Amino acid sequence: MAKKNESLGKTVGVVLALCLVCSIVVSGAAIGLKPMQEKNAALDMQKNVLDAAGILKTDTDIVETYNQRIDTMVVSLEDLSVKDDVDPTSFSNRKAAGDPETSTKLEKKNDPAGIGTREDLTQIYLVKSESGETTGLVLHIRGQGLWGTMYGLLALEDDFDTVKGVNFYEHAETPGLGGEITNPNWVKSWEGKEVYGEDGNVQFEVVKGGASDKHEVDALSGATLTSNGVEYLIQFWMGENGYGPLLKKLREGELNNG
Amino acid sequence: MANVKEMKSVLFGPIFANNPIALQILGICSALAVTSKMSNTLVMCIALTAVVACSNLFISIIRNHIPSSVRIIVQMTIIASLVIVVDQVLKAYAYSISKELSVFVGLIITNCIVMGRAEAYAMKSTPFMSLLDGIGNGLGYSIVLLVVGFVRELFGSGSLFDVQILPLASQGGWFEPVGLLLMPPSAFFIIGGFIWVLRTFRTEQVEPKE
Repeated sequence: MAKKNESLGKTVGVVLALCLVCSIVVSGAAIGLKPMQEKNAALDMQKNVLDAAGILKTDTDIVETYNQRIDTMVVSLEDLSVKDDVDPTSFSNRKAAGDPETSTKLEKKNDPAGIGTREDLTQIYLVKSESGETTGLVLHIRGQGLWGTMYGLLALEDDFDTVKGVNFYEHAETPGLGGEITNPNWVKSWEGKEVYGEDGNVQFEVVKGGASDKHEVDALSGATLTSNGVEYLIQFWMGENGYGPLLKKLREGELNNG
Repeated sequence: MANVKEMKSVLFGPIFANNPIALQILGICSALAVTSKMSNTLVMCIALTAVVACSNLFISIIRNHIPSSVRIIVQMTIIASLVIVVDQVLKAYAYSISKELSVFVGLIITNCIVMGRAEAYAMKSTPFMSLLDGIGNGLGYSIVLLVVGFVRELFGSGSLFDVQILPLASQGGWFEPVGLLLMPPSAFFIIGGFIWVLRTFRTEQVEPKE
């Protein structure tokens, strides 16, 4: 190594020049690729919604089907009104839940899913048939699993009780055990299950050793904590502090604008 | 200019003769984490090869101007920048795979192979040879990962590149997947087996008894 490299001036000069070049490269890549990445993320979410609603086939054109069959809107979980002034395409449930301004802190006893805060506004997806009638609804759900928060979408039929499908699109459960929450066969077993009992309370359960009635889904073998997490999150989100009041209102009629 | 024979040994040497994982036991953390599926493994291999080749090239280009007192930081800065670029590119063009690889793309920064080759080779060699060395070591890493990924996906999930090869018992076939292979520790056993086979054929790699 040449001696001239060791002077203070040279050292500082080299480091500064290097940092400048590297920061230009990094920010260039980040900004240049950002539109593409956002497109991907949006497309991925549209795909998840279609998948939960059970209208995703291998050859489905995601964007076209989504625009045709899905109506997105932002609804307040506080007063159950539709927020027309909020743009659903840029709204993010996760962002809303993370901001104290737009979320409600949950007390421990009211928080079986372990999520801490619940967003006040939420994005819901109305599923339409090809002729334009509403045939169902897709809702955001999330809750603690074994290793982290499981994010999913739950699709209901137009009685707002019968499960149409479920899709846990992001989780950190153990592959092969808890990770089986994405297994198509298990997901299929949810279809047709009913969340609410006769009395209007949440009856949905994840049970060990063979689901026997219309409110029960089999637990995943070797993944008790994940299965419990799934049960708790459904009980929370379908219950009083989650979408319960909203679904009740939907069952009675249309949502009002507000 | 180096002769062809030397170029060949620099490029292909790391694949079996001087494999970074099997002989130098470098960079095995990502080998454990990302090899449960072939498609993830392949993308990880390409990402690492690109990073190690480019970092070797750039470090070698400026090697005569790097003050030795800050050389590690200079290398880290270059490597980190390259990894961020790779991560951004993956997010833009291979979104679903980048989601599955998640943090492990970022962790290429700490992969000992990248840093090790920069310090051991690129600081002393010409840019072209360093580039070859980087590609060679990337390939050496890739071959081990692909072998591990092949075994893990084939026997752990019964598929290769997400195409079902062995019909699963849970879907009406005969194959009962080996759950252990989906867990990270299984990669240890497979790498161990790989090293065993390699050293059976290349006895010069066996370390002398102490």
